[in-house]
Amino acid sequence: MPDTLSRRYVDELEAGIERIWEVAQELGLRPFPTHFEIVPASVMYEIGSYGMPGRFSHWTHGKAYQVQKMMYDYGLSKIYELVINTNPCYAFLLETNTVLQNKLVAAHVLAHSDFFANSAHFARTSRQMVDTVSLNAERIRGYEFAHGADEVERLLDAVLSIQEHVDPYATLEDVEPDERKAKPPRESAFDDLWGLDARTSAPPDAAAPERSRARPSQPVRDLLLFIERHSPRLDDWERDVVSIVRAEMLYFYPQMQTKIINEGWASYWHAQIMRALDLSTDEYLEFAELHAGILQPSSRRLNPYHLGFRILEDIEKRWDAEGKDGRARLFEVRELESDVSLIRNYLTQGLVEDLDLYLYQRVGDELVVVDKDWKAVRDRLVGELSSHGFPVIQVEDGDYNGNLELYLKHSWDGQKLDLPYAEKTLAYVNRLWGRRVWLETRKSDEERLLLSYDAREGHKTHS
Amino acid sequence: MSTVSLTQHDWSLHRKGAMDQARHKQKVKEAVRQNLADIVSEQSIITSDGKKVVRVPIRTLDEYKFRFDPSDQQQVGEGNGGSKVGDVLERYGKGQGPGQGPQAGDQPGVDYYEAELTMEELAGMVFEDLCLPNLEEKRMQELESETVRFTDIRKSGPYANLDKRRTIRENIKRNAKQGQPHFGALKNDDLRFKTWERSVRRESNAVVIAMMDVSGSMGTFEKYVSRAFYYWMVRFLRTRYDNVKIVFIAHHTEAKEVTEEEFFTRGESGGTKASSAYQLALSLVEERYDPGSWNIYPFHFSDGDNWPSDNELCRQLADRLVGQSNLFGYGEIRQGRYSYQSTLMHTFQQLSSPKFVTVTIADKAEVYPALRRFFGPEVGVHA
Repeated sequence: MPDTLSRRYVDELEAGIERIWEVAQELGLRPFPTHFEIVPASVMYEIGSYGMPGRFSHWTHGKAYQVQKMMYDYGLSKIYELVINTNPCYAFLLETNTVLQNKLVAAHVLAHSDFFANSAHFARTSRQMVDTVSLNAERIRGYEFAHGADEVERLLDAVLSIQEHVDPYATLEDVEPDERKAKPPRESAFDDLWGLDARTSAPPDAAAPERSRARPSQPVRDLLLFIERHSPRLDDWERDVVSIVRAEMLYFYPQMQTKIINEGWASYWHAQIMRALDLSTDEYLEFAELHAGILQPSSRRLNPYHLGFRILEDIEKRWDAEGKDGRARLFEVRELESDVSLIRNYLTQGLVEDLDLYLYQRVGDELVVVDKDWKAVRDRLVGELSSHGFPVIQVEDGDYNGNLELYLKHSWDGQKLDLPYAEKTLAYVNRLWGRRVWLETRKSDEERLLLSYDAREGHKTHS
Repeated sequence: MSTVSLTQHDWSLHRKGAMDQARHKQKVKEAVRQNLADIVSEQSIITSDGKKVVRVPIRTLDEYKFRFDPSDQQQVGEGNGGSKVGDVLERYGKGQGPGQGPQAGDQPGVDYYEAELTMEELAGMVFEDLCLPNLEEKRMQELESETVRFTDIRKSGPYANLDKRRTIRENIKRNAKQGQPHFGALKNDDLRFKTWERSVRRESNAVVIAMMDVSGSMGTFEKYVSRAFYYWMVRFLRTRYDNVKIVFIAHHTEAKEVTEEEFFTRGESGGTKASSAYQLALSLVEERYDPGSWNIYPFHFSDGDNWPSDNELCRQLADRLVGQSNLFGYGEIRQGRYSYQSTLMHTFQQLSSPKFVTVTIADKAEVYPALRRFFGPEVGVHA
C-alpha cells in the first residue's frame, strides 16, 4: 500500500473540490463530470510520459519516463496537472502537493474539462479513449507474442517516426486511387474547393479498391493513412499497428492544435475560481505565488499558459471597453478557436509589444534577437503552430515510375529540412512501404533537392 | 448523482513505465556495445579519471523524424520588456555547449543522444569476456584465501554446532517407527551436528610487464594510442584479478622501470633501442619473477622505428622472453604508413611461437580490437 494520506487531508481536499465545482458552474463553465485521483509522483510522470494510462509499450515511452523521473528527482520540474479528455473526465493530483496546490490544480483541470466538452475541435474525439488505448495495447501485445517483440518494436520505430503526419480531415476517399478519369489540370491553388461537391456526389467504386497502383488525385497529408491503405509490403497485422498509432494520434491531435488557448483558458479560470473561494491571507499568498510561477515567461520558448492567458484577458478587456460583454465573447472564443486562429485573430500589435515578443535565431555562437516587428512575430507563430512545428510532407504518388514507389513532397515554406534526420526517416518509411521512397524538398527558394532510399541500394541524391 | 469525485487507489503494481525504461536502458547498452571501439579510444573517457559517470555519445537512439534544420530556424521568445534587435540571449561558451538541461537535443549542434554510464558499467562491457590467456597454475606462492562453509551433517560433534531442527526430526522419525509420532525420549542416536569444510581458493600469481617506447619518434598520436591501450589494460587487470602485479618500463635507447604515474604522463625523446627494454624485462624476470612461480605477460608498444643494428639483438631477447612468458604482445602504431613495414615488425616475423602475438594500430578505433586480440577469449594456446 502507498502511504495513505491523512483523513483530514483527503476530507479537506474533497470538500474543496466540491466547492470549486459549484463555483465553476456558477461562473458558467460546463465541464464533463470529473473524477480526481490522488497518485504518487511516479504514477504521475508515468502517465505523463505515455500521454494516458495503459498505452502500448515502446522504448521511446521509457525514454520519456526516464527524463521525467530524472527531472522530478533532481527537483527541476514537476508535473502539476494531468487531465484526460474523456467523459467522465479523469484528472490526477499529486499526493505530495499541499491541499491548496491541489485545489488550484482542480480549478485548472475543471476548465480543461470544460474546454474538452465544448470546443468544436474536440467534438469528434472519442471520449472512451482510456479503454481504447488499453485494448490497442493488448492487441499490440498479442502481435508481440505472435511475431516477436523485436519485430513489433522495429515496426513501431518506423511508424512512430512519422506519427505526426496525420490529418484529421482526411477521408478514405482522399487516399483511394483516382483511375476513373484523367485529372483535370489545376488552374489555381483553390481548385480543390470547387471539387468538394463533385467528390461527394461521385459514387464510390463498388469493387474493392486495388491496393496497388495508388495515385491520389490530390496530395495526401496523412502519411499513416496512405501507407496503411496502400503499402505494397505490410501484412494485415502491421497495417493494424499503423492504424492504431494513427487513431491515437488523431485523438491527441486537437490537443496539439489547442495548447495555447486551452492552457490560457484553464489559467484564466483557475484564477477566477480561486479568487471566488474564501481563502485566508496565507492561502491567498500561496496561490498568488503559484499562479505567478505558472505564468512565468521564458526568453527562449513561449510559455503557452502565459500567452494564452494574456490574449484571453486582453479580449475580455477590449470587448468590455467597447461596452460589449467580454465574458460572453470569451465563451465564444473557447468554442471556436484553435491556436492558429486565436493568434491570427487576437494577437494584436499592442499585445506583442506589451509581452515584448521577438524572433531570435542562432548567429555564430550566440542566440540573437533578430526581429521585433509584430506581424513577423505573429506570422512566424502561426506558421509554427499550423503544423505543430513539423514540416508538412505529402504523398504525391504511390506508384512513382510505374513501379509502386512512394513519392513524398515537402511543402516548402522557406525552411530547410534537417537532412540527416530526413534520410534516417526515409529509411523508416521504406520499412513501411517496401519499395523505393522519394522525398522532394528544397535547399533554398531556388534549388530543388530530391532524395531517395531503397533498402538494397541505400540513400541517393538526385539532381 | 455526484459529478465530481476524489479517490486514492493503490497504484503500486503499475510498472509499465519502469519496464519500458528498462528496455530503453537495454537499448542504450546495446548501442554502447556496438560503439565500443569508438568509445574506448574517446579522449574524454581516458582522461576522466576520478569521475564516476561518463557521458558517451550514441547516435542510434535518436528518434528520427522529418524536422526542420534546427540551426536555420527563427523562434519566438518573450522578453522582460525593452528587448531590442541585436540583443544576445545566450552565448555558447567553451565546454558549455548547447543541449544542456531539459531541452537537450532541441538546440543546434547536438545531433546525437548522450547516455550516462558509470565507469564500472562501461568497464564491465569492455571487459566482458576478456581474460589473461594461457594462465597456468604455478607451484609456489599461491595466494590462499580460506573460508569456512558448513556443508555436511554428522552424528557427532561439538554441541555448539547441534542442528536442532534435524535432531528433532530424527527423533520424531524414530518414535514414529514405534507408532508414536511425536517428540520425546531423546537419545544420543538422534543427535545431528553441522560440520564445516575449509575451502581454499588458489590464485596463480601473474605479472604483466608493460613496456612503452617513449623515444622522439613517438608522436602525439602514437603516445595517445599506447597510453589508451595501457589505460584499459591496467583497468582490466585491476578489475578482474586481485593478484596481478604490473611493472612499467619506459624506454628510448635506455630502459627504466618507472612508476605508474610516470608511465602515463611522462614524455621523453631520443633514439630507440627496444633491446634495452627487453633486457630489463629479462633481468626483472630473473630477479623477481621466476617463471616457475609466476605467469609472465610482457607487452610492448612502439612505432617500430628501431635502431637498425639493434634489431637482431631484439629478436634474440624477444625469443628468450617468449620462452619464459605465457604470452608476449607486441603492438605497433603506424598512422598512415600502411605500405611501409617497420624494421621491428619485420624482425619479429621470424618469431613463430603461438605465444607471440602482434597487432598493428593505424587508427584510434583499433585500440579496442587490440585489447581483444591480446585478451580475447579465442587467444588461448592449447599446447
